[in-house]
Amino acid sequence: MNELKKDFPIFQKHPGTVYLDSAATTQKPRCVIDAVTRYYEEENANPLRGLYDLSARATESYEGAREAVRRFIGAKSTSEIVFTRNATESLNLIAYAYGFEKLCGGAEILVAISEHHSNLLPWQNLAQRTGARLRYLECGKDGEYTPQALENALTPQTKIFAAAQVSNVFGRENPIKEFARICRKNGTLIVCDGAQSVPHMKVDVTELDVDFLAFSGHKMYAPMGIGVLYGKRGLLEEMPPFLFGGEMIEYVTRESATFAELPHKFEAGTVNAGGAVGLHAAIDYIDSIGFESITSHEAKLTALALNEMKLIPEVHIIGSDNAGDHSGIITFTIDGVHPHDIAAVFDADNIAVRAGHHCAQPLHEYLDVQSTARMSIGIYNDERDIERFIETLKTIRRRMGYER
Amino acid sequence: MSDSIYSEVLLDHNLHPLHRCELGCATCSVKGINPSCGDRLTLHLAIENGVITDGSFTGVGCAVSQASTDIMLELIIGRKKEEARRLSSLFSKMISGEITDEELSELEEAGALQSVSKMPARVKCAKLGWNTLDKALADTRPQAVPLSGIDE
Repeated sequence: MNELKKDFPIFQKHPGTVYLDSAATTQKPRCVIDAVTRYYEEENANPLRGLYDLSARATESYEGAREAVRRFIGAKSTSEIVFTRNATESLNLIAYAYGFEKLCGGAEILVAISEHHSNLLPWQNLAQRTGARLRYLECGKDGEYTPQALENALTPQTKIFAAAQVSNVFGRENPIKEFARICRKNGTLIVCDGAQSVPHMKVDVTELDVDFLAFSGHKMYAPMGIGVLYGKRGLLEEMPPFLFGGEMIEYVTRESATFAELPHKFEAGTVNAGGAVGLHAAIDYIDSIGFESITSHEAKLTALALNEMKLIPEVHIIGSDNAGDHSGIITFTIDGVHPHDIAAVFDADNIAVRAGHHCAQPLHEYLDVQSTARMSIGIYNDERDIERFIETLKTIRRRMGYER
Repeated sequence: MSDSIYSEVLLDHNLHPLHRCELGCATCSVKGINPSCGDRLTLHLAIENGVITDGSFTGVGCAVSQASTDIMLELIIGRKKEEARRLSSLFSKMISGEITDEELSELEEAGALQSVSKMPARVKCAKLGWNTLDKALADTRPQAVPLSGIDE
């Protein structure tokens, strides 16, 4: 058994379960669960507010988490790290606070066709409401976007380009650093969805030079309900608040208000300090393993699974045939078997995989597939998990009535 | 967990459906969508003088939704609209686990889907065709509803 599996209490409660849905959400290690418990048992008060010892401790824990995130993604300052509920909220924040303020009719928004609905619908909504034009950057059937295609798609009117660093369907890493360079040259802001990359590879916002990066804690071994928006300081400063209320003001009169400094301007209301503390513990956990080990372990399992899958003639891989282009995510179909049924047969063997359109309906339409099944890997998976996945995969058509 | 939901009856209706085709004589065609998986089907019915004289379905879906719809059509073709409505309410009762043995026998082959009552994730699949039937029958216009006249 993978040694890391022992760090995750859920696998002690469900020893027979093979969990291959980490792209949807990851399981939580003991150290994260304990850190959240410890926060509520020993330090809880409303952070940023009270002038007493407990509140000061809560504030220290909350701001400590922000510093941990800053260091983890290589941001220059903690004022560039905004805590949100999840990547979806982070992306909506950009669309509302930046988009509505800065975009007008005549502007263009370019979105990669493989985007998750969370990095697509905020832009579709923004376009509908501002009169901006929404355009899509299309990829090859193997999920590849070339820098040349981006250069060709950009026009002087393109104000925003939205793309994930790793697609939640293809699992393929996009050349975000190169994209950011091209966007910069064109005067286009680049909004990067890091939900599927930040948990699995070293992501450095300064090196990538993206304008915004959004990601979720719950996909990187932290609790649900804590997410991050990174934004370049100058941009965040220009943006008006997204939500209004407590904690985000400097001074309020009957008629007007001035707003708090970054990042608190974007953190209205009582924050999720327990979640932030959990995220801090998850970052420490990831750091203790190291991305070098994480990436090579996940790549090894991905290759093991993909190479076996390719040997089954009725199984079709969505995206590249090359395991190196899958970053722990393999989406597939089986001839004659609906993905919902694929997931149900896996479930019968106690293996958790996802089925459906994975919140990427325009991509499925573009690829001309109705829905798909997806397996995705986390640090706790091991070779035995992949073997069991392949064993069941081989039986599915027979169990659905074929070749009897 | 087991894959007992995939009974021989269900697998057979999925792989060899009797009513999965277009229907030239249809008097109404109604679309149904399962938003949780994006599956969509269209139910075609020929209704004359309050009797469902023929029916078919088109579209894609999982084995549960396809077989359930096929079994449903097998059951309701030749019946009055009121009888079909009653069978649909019995099917719902079965899925919510409240059906009596006597009522279950009225559902004939549709009884093969009883285990769905213990699988909340598949309820929407099993009911897709039946919910679409309810929509089609709820329409009070007497005859000749144009194709795709009622939309999701």
